[in-house]
Amino acid sequence: MSNVRVLVGTRKGAFILSSDGKREKWNVSGPHFAGWEIYHLKASSVDPNRLYASQSSGWFGQIIQRSDDGGKTWFQPGTPAGTPMTTPEGMPMGESNKFVYDTSAETGKPLLTHQWYDGTPHPWEFKRVWHLEPSLHDPDTVYAGIEDAALFRSTNGGQTWEELSGLRGHGTGSQWQPGAGGLCLHTILLDPANRERIVIAISAAGAFRTDDGGATWKPINRGLKSEYIPDPTAEIGHCVHHIAMNPSRPNVLFMQKHWDVMRSDDAGDSWREVSGNLPTDFGFVIDVHAHEPETIYVVPIKSDSEHYPPDGKLRVFRSRTGGNEWEALTNGLPQENCYLNVLRDAMAVDSLDSCGVYFGTSGGQVYASADAGDTWAPIVRDLPPVLSVEVQTLK
Amino acid sequence: MIVVILPAHLRALAGVQGDVQLEVDGPVTRRSILDALEARYPMLRGTIRDHVAGERRPLLRFFACGEDVTHESPDAPLPQPIASGTEPFYIIGAIAGG
Repeated sequence: MSNVRVLVGTRKGAFILSSDGKREKWNVSGPHFAGWEIYHLKASSVDPNRLYASQSSGWFGQIIQRSDDGGKTWFQPGTPAGTPMTTPEGMPMGESNKFVYDTSAETGKPLLTHQWYDGTPHPWEFKRVWHLEPSLHDPDTVYAGIEDAALFRSTNGGQTWEELSGLRGHGTGSQWQPGAGGLCLHTILLDPANRERIVIAISAAGAFRTDDGGATWKPINRGLKSEYIPDPTAEIGHCVHHIAMNPSRPNVLFMQKHWDVMRSDDAGDSWREVSGNLPTDFGFVIDVHAHEPETIYVVPIKSDSEHYPPDGKLRVFRSRTGGNEWEALTNGLPQENCYLNVLRDAMAVDSLDSCGVYFGTSGGQVYASADAGDTWAPIVRDLPPVLSVEVQTLK
Repeated sequence: MIVVILPAHLRALAGVQGDVQLEVDGPVTRRSILDALEARYPMLRGTIRDHVAGERRPLLRFFACGEDVTHESPDAPLPQPIASGTEPFYIIGAIAGG
């Protein structure tokens, strides 16, 4: 019998929701790291008991947490569980909190500023980790997408972090501007068929790809059109909200942009719009069915100034044709007086035979569907605002 | 022995309850207290002072003997009651938001 574990990051802590394969009865564990913002937590696919969490606070900054027992206990990677709080050398514990931009002449780029909202130069300032993406091959290797946008990697289980500076320094970095949520690197897609290929997305710079393990990068935004920037088809400057892929077809990418739902069949080299009959093509989340790579999900949001569903109805829209033709999924979701939001990292799918789909809301609900979206029910209703949702399918 | 009062979140992070008592070598200043605190509780590195520049995080303040010493030099000697441990050194999260 398989089990599922739903990892939920919220404004005031992390929660772990567990169930068997029926996904009817749930056990709720948490809050972990009570009172802290948990932007994201995610498990290694190589070692399901290895979890990484991004814990942050406007007061106290960034903490990286790790669990080696499936979320029962946590520790900062520089401070292994059960060891004394100090080392004779006084080091290196605490290093796991340290994200320092690489500006060295040898390995980094002397990149000093990006653009601020008003177009003036603004220094790069580390604020927080938005997304943690464990390697598909090694549980001790994990990538971190941070604000101000950069990609970091740890190869020692989160103890220390180094920037993959070729991204920020590839040439357009000084022109990147923040979106409303900040200049954040929020999406990291590791190609299961090509260890050297990584796709990332930044609000509001766009999507970028490396084909050499992170050494060099290029923008992959051809086909995107953003009316809110001076040149709507510019190489960079697009507010990409999220990108999803089905691991069986890593060259097919689906994107929820600020406005527009997009699709690429060539790993991002070119994009075309597949918004079709959606009631609005603004939104944050997008995900792909675990077994049907042409079945995709979005949650349309009314507009960039009204961050709630149209008509007060919470509807997931599903396309079984890879976009353009969408159907509203409403069974079990509130269809009146619903004015919440679903943020970019707050949807995930499990890989059970009947694919489960999960999403969390700014109202603190986590909804689950055990039948690919046909029917929905809340697992929990009253958590703090949900920032992220990930799912583990445990055999 | 210096007595330091931490905000609740940092007490949880350091795994301590109540106040923290520290030995500080040399002059008792904000810098020497924070150096001793971070040496004993390395998981607090970066949470009070920036990792790179070593500067105070913007929403934290420091109080000694009822006085706000946040904007004093980090190397300024702190009052004798702090140095003797009869008064605690407070690290306080500024009130911001709800």
